Amino acid sequence: MADRLNALLRRLPEAGVWCLGLIPLAWLIWQVLQGGPGVDPVRGIEHFLGKTGLWLLIACLVIPPLRLLTGINALRHRRAIGLLAFLYIVLHLTAWIWLEMGLYWSQALKDLWKRPYLFFGITAFLLLLPLAATSGRAAIRRLGPRWKQLHLLIWPAAGLAVLHYLWQMKIISREGWIWLTLFLALLVSRLISAGLRRKKLRCDSPRAGKPATDSPHGQAKLP
Amino acid sequence: GAGLALPRLARAADLQPNSFEEITNYNNFYEFGWGKEDPASNAGAMTIDPWSVEIAGLVERPGQYDLADLIRGQPLDEHIYRFRCVEAWSMVIPWQGFALSGLLSRIGVQPSAKYVAFQTLYRPEEMPGQRQGGIDWPYVEGLRLDEAMHPLTLLATGLYGEPMPKQNGAPVRLVVPWKYGFKSIKSIVKISLTAEQPRTTWQELQPSEYGFYANVNPEVDHPRWSQASERRIGGGLFAGREPTLPFNGYADQVASLYSGMDLRVNY
Repeated sequence: MADRLNALLRRLPEAGVWCLGLIPLAWLIWQVLQGGPGVDPVRGIEHFLGKTGLWLLIACLVIPPLRLLTGINALRHRRAIGLLAFLYIVLHLTAWIWLEMGLYWSQALKDLWKRPYLFFGITAFLLLLPLAATSGRAAIRRLGPRWKQLHLLIWPAAGLAVLHYLWQMKIISREGWIWLTLFLALLVSRLISAGLRRKKLRCDSPRAGKPATDSPHGQAKLP
Repeated sequence: GAGLALPRLARAADLQPNSFEEITNYNNFYEFGWGKEDPASNAGAMTIDPWSVEIAGLVERPGQYDLADLIRGQPLDEHIYRFRCVEAWSMVIPWQGFALSGLLSRIGVQPSAKYVAFQTLYRPEEMPGQRQGGIDWPYVEGLRLDEAMHPLTLLATGLYGEPMPKQNGAPVRLVVPWKYGFKSIKSIVKISLTAEQPRTTWQELQPSEYGFYANVNPEVDHPRWSQASERRIGGGLFAGREPTLPFNGYADQVASLYSGMDLRVNY
């Protein structure tokens, strides 16, 4: 099952991921042309874009543990998914300032500073900016190991995005708690795997005292 | 009488009502779910006939009344009111209803009464939202007696000439047009007169965000968003926002109820 899916994922070109990722946007545009989505299209558009962005952001975080747990390897598509998340978040922000705030810039800027949920949201966006800007191969080469460090910013960004989503509700709904739980579970699994990797690195490194050829668990070697 | 004249004054030329479609498909009625469309999908299960209302507390004629008996003889009229949600959106709604004061005179308010408390139906088997946590059901609201006696304050039993749709609070709901929408409690099963300020659901849930008075006030922001402006539902994608009016545009009629009160403290 995982093998067949992996073969499919390997064959899927980046443009294919983009096409799939733009389906929600196409659906939204179609809804808007019908006078929707919902009775209040402004809110409908805004929420749909924001939620799709959040989904894709979380999808980026799901990819590594998914490979660990199921063997499904979508790592090669992570960049496209991340950029799609960024696109939806930019559109979400545009819908907010243009459709929701009616380009009331002064009220919007004051709100951004004063309202925690807007502050969380805009901070998440600002954290994603350098990630989107350094998503190309050239940037990866240029930044070297610092690229990996920089792209850890997806974690605070996704965390703030979840908070932004929860904080705007009058009462946190079941869906809200599901998002928060999912994010925290991903964060914990990331911390555990990072811890394990560090430990492994220490054990494997020749500087740790033992020769690298030592068998694990200290078992005796047969001659 | 005055009860009929005042709502007509409120009927300004700019009050173009929202469509029946909009009014009945965009509701906060958490008893039927958190989404704005949930009440329209789920409220159908609510039994509204028979419907009785308990009249209790400091009144001359307490008891359990059949709704039809309770409101017999009250002058039903159309009242086109602005409706401003605490979430900073608004609509204009053509209610059918009568002044709450008419009902209060009929049940006889004792002199010691200072407040009116209201309660929504609690019936979890018909109201899926009540089977979830989040709110301490049943929903309760309250008004000061002078607010309740004000001619703008209605008990509404319909809109657009139709009996009140279930998602809008059938068969009878409160309408207090100068306050945020959550004060206008739906599907009322109990009205009691009290000497003490009654507890209200939102104030209890989040006292820093929702006060007992909840008068529409562009100067006092909700801690999480500004109340200075609002977005009119049905305005189209690029309609933008309009400034929110003090007391939702009814200041001439109601501001005097609060003279001498600090509205930043009593939000």
